[in-house]
Amino acid sequence: MKILPGHGSGGRLMNELIEKTIRTRLGAHVQLDDAALLSIDGPIAFTTDSFTITPIFFPGGDIGALAVNGTVNDLAVMGADPRYLSCALIIEEGMEMADLERILDSMRAAADAAGVAIVTGDTKVVPRGAADRIFINTSGIGIVKKTPARREISDGDAILINGHIGDHGMAIMAARNNLSFSKGLQSDCASLKGMIGAVLERHPGSVKFMRDATRGGVASVLNEIVAGRPYGAKLREPSLPIRDAVKGVCGILGIDALYAANEGKAVMVVDNDAAESIVSVLREHPEGKDACIIGVIDGTHPGKAYLETAIGGRRILPLLTEEQLPRIC
Amino acid sequence: MNNETVHKLADALRNHRLDAPMRIMEVCGTHTTEFFRSGVRDIFPAHLTLVDGPGCPVCVTANAYLDTAIEIGRAHGVIIATFGDMMKVPSSYSSLAEEKATGMDVRVVYSPMDALEIARHDPAREVVFVSVGFETTAPTEAATVIAARDAGIRNFSILPGNKLTVPAVEALLSLGEVHIDGFILPGHVSAIIGSEAWRPIPERFGKPCVVAGFETADLITGTLALMKMIASNDRTVANEYARVVRPGGNPTALSMMRRVFEPDDAEWRGIGVIPGSGLAVRDEFSRYDGFKKFPVTPPPVKEHPGCRCGELLRGLIAPTDCALFGAACRPERPVGPCMVSTEGPCAAFYKYGGFDR
Ligand code: SF4
Repeated sequence: MKILPGHGSGGRLMNELIEKTIRTRLGAHVQLDDAALLSIDGPIAFTTDSFTITPIFFPGGDIGALAVNGTVNDLAVMGADPRYLSCALIIEEGMEMADLERILDSMRAAADAAGVAIVTGDTKVVPRGAADRIFINTSGIGIVKKTPARREISDGDAILINGHIGDHGMAIMAARNNLSFSKGLQSDCASLKGMIGAVLERHPGSVKFMRDATRGGVASVLNEIVAGRPYGAKLREPSLPIRDAVKGVCGILGIDALYAANEGKAVMVVDNDAAESIVSVLREHPEGKDACIIGVIDGTHPGKAYLETAIGGRRILPLLTEEQLPRIC
Repeated sequence: MNNETVHKLADALRNHRLDAPMRIMEVCGTHTTEFFRSGVRDIFPAHLTLVDGPGCPVCVTANAYLDTAIEIGRAHGVIIATFGDMMKVPSSYSSLAEEKATGMDVRVVYSPMDALEIARHDPAREVVFVSVGFETTAPTEAATVIAARDAGIRNFSILPGNKLTVPAVEALLSLGEVHIDGFILPGHVSAIIGSEAWRPIPERFGKPCVVAGFETADLITGTLALMKMIASNDRTVANEYARVVRPGGNPTALSMMRRVFEPDDAEWRGIGVIPGSGLAVRDEFSRYDGFKKFPVTPPPVKEHPGCRCGELLRGLIAPTDCALFGAACRPERPVGPCMVSTEGPCAAFYKYGGFDR
């Protein structure tokens, strides 16, 4: 069965789609009224993100899981405990119903895993060609618990990441280009809520900055941290966790893994004395089992993010405004 | 090679003493980027300068070639298949990326064989492959033409724009305007043509040459060897990439290339026409020659005002000497091809050269 224009027209087909397909799959938290009524104590974090990735199914995930985890992670890195999501679907006429169901199931699984409820939503069907099968927007609300300390970053702070760099972006590129040798390469799409919560709980005050390294990758996050500041960010190339398969795809496509998107990676700047023990906390979680220290904040090259290569040479990591990978999230 | 050896090599390079300025040139886009990426360029001893030569195939492709390719796409409604690097290269009036956005059927492929596959699957359409590259890609392009003929695929052709590196270096030196003390020669190209093919450079022009690979250790070994050869006036070709490069090259690839192509004069950006520096499709395969199959008259060539790619490719200036560098000309909005290609010197300087600026 395929999605028809009538599925978005407000009539019987649409009611059926919402009742039988969307609501049963996304869970009973979905409220059918014009707005979801919620009660929340304390300060909240609120965010929104749209997902237009192609292909919609990829090794290690799909657009549904991405739409949930992406928004959950945006809340988590702000020190919030993600609670509620909205979900707006823009579906291209002709999409297979089975594909939609698969995506909804995976949204539900991701939401359950992250402990968030999808409470409201919207569905539109657009004519063939007006969307690329499906676009999803999710907004999320989280309760702010412990935020990163936001103390001024300074010389000697350590830069950490919770695992391998560039998996998502290169898995997508490999899938798009049918690069056969990339077998086994998977997106790292995952919720970081539990892991980040644990770090902020056990080391309140030591984490000065945290950001999920999605579009633009690790290099873009670092540039953001140091822009206009009296310090720079130095990565040590030999300590960068980058899989051989990712290096292979990067080599073929002329892309630098440090600019490739991640969907389950947070870059953190932390007090140097706490760095090792934060790494051990990260490693207690599956999303952080390959966590490590990748670099240091230092004052030698203010405002610059750069790499120190294996032989001690330096290479700049400029802010690239060029879109290396169109539509990877 | 283990870490300790690489570190020792790095120290030897760092501590190498030069009493006078020395200028060495590489003629390979991969070397351009790898000298930066590995950090080797950053640990050069004082007085050593690496000059980027005409080693990026996209960069040396003249506007007239791309103008013709675009005109063929427009006038004949064919599918244009190209390596991704060519997409954003500005032609006189447009680019393949712009043409694609306005309706031309342009497909990015990773090998000419992929372009042939497109033709096989869509026999009703003509597929024209933009064949730009040095001796490294020419054998695959030749093999594709042979495969097309063997399979009886008639809706496929190539636009031969392949170039030969030795005549280019000779032409550069014959111009006599750039001072270079020695050359780091491309490993991949040399694997095809052989290290012996470079002998005219030391013999005719008195310039020492080293064939080098692409790993950090290769770059350092090659540089150290070349500095020593220059110091001792050793006018030969040393092969520091012997694990891959043979003196006589790769005979199978060469004979494949010679079956389909023959040397021809070719126009290089910035240098002009160099006799015998290009590859034309032999008469026997002329039905696969897109220029013959789709005759067009492209509009008059226009160069980009202010772009100094020509001087750059002749080794006369560094990218940072161009007033447009990093200002009007950036990777996302390139003015010249040297800022487009991942192997272009301007793009490499922009991306990795922050400590040289
Ligand atoms: S910086 Fe741009 S305009 Fe200047 S030479 Fe390089 S490509 Fe041409």
